[in-house]
Amino acid sequence: MGPRCVDALNQALHEAFEASDRVCLIGEDVFDPYGGAFKVTRGLSTKYPDRVYSSPISEAGITGVAVGMALRGLRPVVEIMFGDFICLAFDQIVNHASKLRAMYDDQVTCPLVLRAAMGGRRGYGPTHSQSLEKHLVGVPHIAVAAPSAVHPVRDMLRRAILEDDRPVVFLENKLLYGERLLEPEGGRFGEFAARTSEGLYPTVVLSLGGFEHADLTIVTFGGMVPFAMRAAEELLLEEEVYSDVVVLGQLAPPDLTAVLPSVERSGRCLFAEEGTLTGGVGAEWAARIQEAAWDALEAPVARVAAADDIVPCAKALEAQVLPDHEDIAAAARRLLRQGCRSRTP
Amino acid sequence: MDTQNTAVLLQTVDRMAAPAGECPPDAAFYRRMALIRRFEENLLELFAAGKLMGTTHTCSGQEANAVGVIAHLAPQDVVFSSHRCHGHYLARTGDAEGLLAELLGLPTGICGGKGGSQHLCRGSFYTNGVQGGIVPLAVGAALAEKRKGTSAIAAVWLGDGTLGEGVVYESFNMASLWKAPVLFVVENNRYAQTTPVEMGLAGTIRGRPEAFAIPTAELDTTDPREVWEAARDPVAAVRGEGRPFCLVLHTYRFGPHSKGDDFRPQAEVAAARARDPLLVTGRRLDPEERERIDREVAERIAAVTARLAGGAPEVR
Ligand SMILES: Cc1ncc(C[n+]2csc(CCOP(=O)(O)OP(=O)(O)O)c2C)c(N)n1
Ligand SMILES: [Mg+2]
Repeated sequence: MGPRCVDALNQALHEAFEASDRVCLIGEDVFDPYGGAFKVTRGLSTKYPDRVYSSPISEAGITGVAVGMALRGLRPVVEIMFGDFICLAFDQIVNHASKLRAMYDDQVTCPLVLRAAMGGRRGYGPTHSQSLEKHLVGVPHIAVAAPSAVHPVRDMLRRAILEDDRPVVFLENKLLYGERLLEPEGGRFGEFAARTSEGLYPTVVLSLGGFEHADLTIVTFGGMVPFAMRAAEELLLEEEVYSDVVVLGQLAPPDLTAVLPSVERSGRCLFAEEGTLTGGVGAEWAARIQEAAWDALEAPVARVAAADDIVPCAKALEAQVLPDHEDIAAAARRLLRQGCRSRTP
Repeated sequence: MDTQNTAVLLQTVDRMAAPAGECPPDAAFYRRMALIRRFEENLLELFAAGKLMGTTHTCSGQEANAVGVIAHLAPQDVVFSSHRCHGHYLARTGDAEGLLAELLGLPTGICGGKGGSQHLCRGSFYTNGVQGGIVPLAVGAALAEKRKGTSAIAAVWLGDGTLGEGVVYESFNMASLWKAPVLFVVENNRYAQTTPVEMGLAGTIRGRPEAFAIPTAELDTTDPREVWEAARDPVAAVRGEGRPFCLVLHTYRFGPHSKGDDFRPQAEVAAARARDPLLVTGRRLDPEERERIDREVAERIAAVTARLAGGAPEVR
């Protein structure tokens, strides 16, 4: 068992502040002793009082301030308290941060990290529970990163701040904050053999068939990872179905390198996300996987996502909207029966 | 901790022939304003000739603001502007060649033709085409320069209509709270596209920055010397005391909002033309000198146009 996710993120911030005095942070209620709504910024304002700005409730404004700082050589981090509020910063992300370098013909860079807490299952209701990744993955010239329980979370955030010259939207799942991160032992996470790709926001491939054999590839990220792992274990126990779980660390720009070998092994692929279905992250990835691995696929890529609906407050109602391990397992069973064509040898 | 090489920056700034702290002579103001005027008249001609595509927003009539304020800025200062940015750009850089190449979409343009009229960047000069969106960037840039200890300030230009955008007030608030060395320059030309200021703006302009405890000064003139005088103390205060200031400049544009969209009373336009900043300043020059400047500016614009656009095919 590794550290709790919130502590890994907190440590990454401390390491980045320590490594460079160009790093600064802006967000709402980020000062000590509160240290941010999810406690990720604890200790920073005490240690670096002149580099932490506890801001008014101004998501557009603070994102714009960070863009200006980034243009002028700082490496700011913005904390958006609930990811839902990233909507207020959308003009800054789409029309400013993402565009400046390209439209100014590479004369500038805009290295900023926008952290936001996504996801439901805590009863916060329709405007505090969404997973809005899909609205960001189509924005050219930014990176959309999503840590998970199997990712080197501390390294990911520290390197996003210190090494990535693009604007990075770093989407943290709320449920993950309190969880202990999983640490690989002897190249395995429990029953799963594991391989982690290179890069700032690596893909972690988990394989129940030891990278030898797979009947199914489940591609997922963030808060859906525990559900995908549980579904994969149940499918093995109950149906002797061997799954790979491919955990993306970078949602955009899409990089299929670590996904394709698994899809080529299994011939069947399912994408699982917590956001709503229509126009989802999975739609983009499914299209790309189909284009790249058509010959290997026995059925269309399936998608598991939230219903196209609000995320209700009441637990029972919320559960009807958000996908979980049962939805993944059910979709997997449908997909496994689907074999609509014989595989190209 | 500076990000930009000062020598490189200096090449991107042209200070209108005046040492720091001294008012440029009338001839220098006149020459730069004539450059801006002739540059933009030329753009409209190029559009009419089908040699230019896209859009443009001329600042004819407002040139005194650009040259009067920008004469105070040091090479390391950071300037942000909006869609109506050619005058600010030329006041800062004098670079008619790079700007025309940009508007013509040529690889030698300051942004390789990618930015066009509203999206300019050279040295520490930046513009964008989304109203209000760039205002918090100026606050962030000012805070960054303060943190780096460069003594640079940021200046950001916005129009009366842009005061409708909420992010402007978020920016006022943070600039005031966090003591950002930023100069907000509001050019009230009395219209936002077709909307008169009375239809788009409740209360007063100066009441807005003042509500955030930002000291504010107002001025209604087309004389660059008067603009220069009015901007001197504010710029010194922003730099010396490290806090924001807002300058509200009442003004008027002679031309349409962009190319052919003018619904204002012609008598109103004519009255404003009687206060043309070029007339006001030109009157103080020796007539021969004025004619010589006019001729040299016209020749410069003609030469660069012939070189860059002469052989260019019609785009529509
Ligand atoms: C967010 C946004 N909304 C609308 C526009 C379209 N638009 C461009 S300029 C303009 C008027 C701006 O008025 P003002 O701020 O007074 O500046 P002026 O044009 O008078 O210089 C409008 C509506 C825009 N560019 N950005
Ligand atoms: Mg206006």
